[in-house]
Amino acid sequence: MESQSTQKLKNPPKPPHNPISELWWFFAAATCVKLLLIPAYRSTDFEVHRHWLAITHSLPLSQWYLDETSPWTLDYPPFFAYFERFLSIFANLIDPQMVHLQNGLNYSSDTVVYFQRVSVCVSDLCLLYGVYRLTRNLDPVRRKLIWVLVVWSPMLVVVDHLHFQYNGFLLGVLLISLSYLEEGRDLMGGLVFAVLLCFKHLFAVAAPVYFVYLLRHYCWKGLVKGFGRLLILGTVVVAVFAVAYGPFVYHGQIKQVIHRMFPFGRGLCHAYWAPNFWVFYILLDKVIAFFLGRLGFKIQAPAASFTGGLVGDSSPFAVLPQITPAITFIMVLLALSPCLIKAWRDPRPMMITRWVAYAYTCGFLFGWHVHEKASLHFVIPLAIVAVQNLDTARHYFFLSIVSCYSLFPLLFESQEYPIKVLLLLLHSMLMWLGFSAQFTKDKTLEMAPSGKNKDSHLELNRSVIAAQKGGFDIGWVVWSYLVGLLLVEIWGQFLHPIFLGAKLPFLPLMLISVYCSVGVMYSFLWQLKHILVS
Amino acid sequence: MTKSSKKSKEDEEIVDSGDDAWCWLLHKGITPSFFCIALFSLLVRVAVSLHPYSGAATPPKFGDFEAQRHWMEITLNLPLNEWYRNTTLNDLSYWGLDYPPLTAYQSYVHGLFIRFFSPESVALFTSRGHESYLGKLLMRWTVLSSDALVFFPAVFYFIVVYYSGRNQRGRMCGIAWHIAIILLNPCLILIDHGHFQYNCISLGLTIGAIAAILSDKDLLACVLYSLALNHKQMSAYFAPAFFSHLLGKCIRRRYPIFEVFKLGIVVSGTFLVVWWPYVHSVEAFFEVLSRLAPFERGIYEDYVANFWCTTSVLVKWKRLFPTHQLKVLSLGATISTFLPSMIQQIWAPSKKGFLYGLLNSAFSFYLFSFQVHEKSILLPLLPASLLASEEPFLFTWMTLYALFSMFPLLHRDKLVLPYIALSALFILLSLAPNRRQETRETNAFRSIVTTFFPLCSLILHVVYLSMNAPQRYPFLFEALIMLLCFSQFTFLTMYTNAQQWMLLKHSNLVDKEKKLL
Repeated sequence: MESQSTQKLKNPPKPPHNPISELWWFFAAATCVKLLLIPAYRSTDFEVHRHWLAITHSLPLSQWYLDETSPWTLDYPPFFAYFERFLSIFANLIDPQMVHLQNGLNYSSDTVVYFQRVSVCVSDLCLLYGVYRLTRNLDPVRRKLIWVLVVWSPMLVVVDHLHFQYNGFLLGVLLISLSYLEEGRDLMGGLVFAVLLCFKHLFAVAAPVYFVYLLRHYCWKGLVKGFGRLLILGTVVVAVFAVAYGPFVYHGQIKQVIHRMFPFGRGLCHAYWAPNFWVFYILLDKVIAFFLGRLGFKIQAPAASFTGGLVGDSSPFAVLPQITPAITFIMVLLALSPCLIKAWRDPRPMMITRWVAYAYTCGFLFGWHVHEKASLHFVIPLAIVAVQNLDTARHYFFLSIVSCYSLFPLLFESQEYPIKVLLLLLHSMLMWLGFSAQFTKDKTLEMAPSGKNKDSHLELNRSVIAAQKGGFDIGWVVWSYLVGLLLVEIWGQFLHPIFLGAKLPFLPLMLISVYCSVGVMYSFLWQLKHILVS
Repeated sequence: MTKSSKKSKEDEEIVDSGDDAWCWLLHKGITPSFFCIALFSLLVRVAVSLHPYSGAATPPKFGDFEAQRHWMEITLNLPLNEWYRNTTLNDLSYWGLDYPPLTAYQSYVHGLFIRFFSPESVALFTSRGHESYLGKLLMRWTVLSSDALVFFPAVFYFIVVYYSGRNQRGRMCGIAWHIAIILLNPCLILIDHGHFQYNCISLGLTIGAIAAILSDKDLLACVLYSLALNHKQMSAYFAPAFFSHLLGKCIRRRYPIFEVFKLGIVVSGTFLVVWWPYVHSVEAFFEVLSRLAPFERGIYEDYVANFWCTTSVLVKWKRLFPTHQLKVLSLGATISTFLPSMIQQIWAPSKKGFLYGLLNSAFSFYLFSFQVHEKSILLPLLPASLLASEEPFLFTWMTLYALFSMFPLLHRDKLVLPYIALSALFILLSLAPNRRQETRETNAFRSIVTTFFPLCSLILHVVYLSMNAPQRYPFLFEALIMLLCFSQFTFLTMYTNAQQWMLLKHSNLVDKEKKLL
């Protein structure tokens, strides 16, 4: 024992590594896998983004939001269009056909696949920077855990690198904004968030939280100073929006742009129901209709069906009242209000990440025409708070498995089946190992000082053993829920085709949404409780 | 030894300080860590299998993928005794079976699996060149499952045996690195899951045999190695090492003759079981045997980085000597190069020496034997990967050149992207956080070597991809690659032979230290 301690004294503690070089390592390893996935399945979103390259490259700015060459019209805010314009410069250098408005339609040569896939990998650098900013002051183990959760997130791989989107880039911008807020640099945080809104307006769900927080934490400093700060903040946000929308205001197209960005004609739910609150509503409607029908009432079958994929303007409900965008809007605000009150009363920088994640959870649960991919908006920010204590870790472990699983229907071809399963298993395994290491160590540290000096060594040993037994335990309720997830998957993949064959083809997907929405609802309530208690 | 003990102490300290890059992943011991790394390796394999295979959409002969599929078709639809016979139903000139019976049985089992889901992709005659979405996918999955069922457990067995009795907790980082480096060997992944072959089975069986020898279960080792030999005759590259190590062990026991006899019985018993359908008549036996030795193909193929092919730039072996003389010549050269390592193992069998012996004998076969293929570099690479924790630099160096030596082949298969991604992943692994802290002696010579040769290969890669060879020498670049790789392999094998003999010097010292530990 003694010799060891002397040896330790001889070797001075090594200087801590530069965290960024290690983060690069994590990022590069992930990029290798992403590159390998280039030839995998890609959804129509791939063609959507290719077409946007063509629109922004071949047409003058005044035509961007008017063009109807393809059904995939530009429906993201202007900054994203500028981003596509920027990419199209390189695309044009590599292969001009890629950015040709007509000849490029459904173009799928190797060059376009490689170019677009690689552009997603490169744009993930933004995520890298966001994570770096958020974690650079944490202790090494927590930091690495967060990197694993975010940089190696299976959901990002599925949505960005298989399905095809640029969420990693956008979430990177969100993380940068959150990191500024956590540092107390509110103005920068607000600015970056305004930029993010001009990239993708779906992030606006968190705007109320941002507004209340910035108002209270940044502007609430006496009448004169506060008013001045409010003015500065307002100017900055307006400036960002002016840069984004100014050119379109100049061309008198602002109505057209807004119309493109908010296509409310699309219906309450997507063809595959995102696991949110409305799943229960639809289900309830069906059940009531079924029983009323049994009782002899004449129930008109709804003209539009949820399972058919296309949802028109007519009411899809047989009994329950029609849901309009305004109702969903009010529901989201209502769900948000406890968090807003909390933010108003006690605006703490340490809580902002949770509040923003909570806001996106509300948007996901009660929003209009929500995509299952939107669960990324709260899972990724929650990763940052997951490592704080055992409770948050347990919740994150559960939530990220559920939401990753809810993305499975995105990849429906058999070629990608092993990929999505392995991604989820690997992620769960890493989370389990990482969290249990983290909290075993924490427990040991907590228990260590309690022992007396004499037999502290013994005490320490005992506490290590105790901690190893208890370390990271998710409880039987969560366990049985996760086993149920497995059963849902087995039913959908194997038992359903065997027992029911081609009958009720929508049943497996419906089961997945219903089952996952229970999980997401639980997560919503958990987050709400923790926000109120904290 | 002193060096490694120092390293282990260093690792311990890192774990103590809690500043370890990986301890959070490895604190539960070998099994969960292995499971985690195995999941990642499987993911990489699945991702590589999305890419093209050899001979994709190139009629009339296609490539290795079609060969394996054709074997499934033949074994499924014809009776056992016609598998190796040229009949109206079995045209041996179209990818006839030329691997030992275990491969045929494996094809049969995989064929059953594929027929269950997609009967048309293994139907007799009509399925030639079959390349449907489902058929391709099922074929890929057979390789994946063989990897997961044979190679991975064998590696797990090896790791458990290799690190048993040592301080596991302190060395967990090193162990995990070793697991990752074996499972993520880019050459093996590219050949099996890209190019399309089942090397994972024979190599997995070989690793199993090696692990059995390391845990002193010699009979089990004999069974496993015989199975490996019966899956791919190329496993014979390891035969001298197995033979010499086991012989050396036997003659140190009380009844040497009895021990040798016991092993002989087990080996011939295993062979008898595998060859059972073909041993009823001499004719049938030789029919199969003649299929396994394709001497008509010539001393080398394409541009393999071995002695005969490289020196043929100067000496036209094929013109100077008739085939039968070349056979004798190559046999003599091979034997004389693996003999030293054999003698060392018979003289003083040791576990570490055995691993070096495997490497040396496989290398001598690769460099000097008859009819070597580029892919055969996988065989010397296997023992090198097992030695990776002792010789990290050697292994990294060797893997990169082994990869490079297969580059023209992989380029032909359109596997350049996975080639780049996997090389990058491998380099990242060898630079993994925490590995960097090793004190590296930096002398001028070494730093020149470690920058010059990688630079050469980098330039050659770029040139190969971007330029066309001059018309007079259409294979100029291939020849250059071959030359570079051959020179590296020669240095490496000289070094490993020397290392094996150096063990003799230290053997007494090591024994003493072991007793102390």
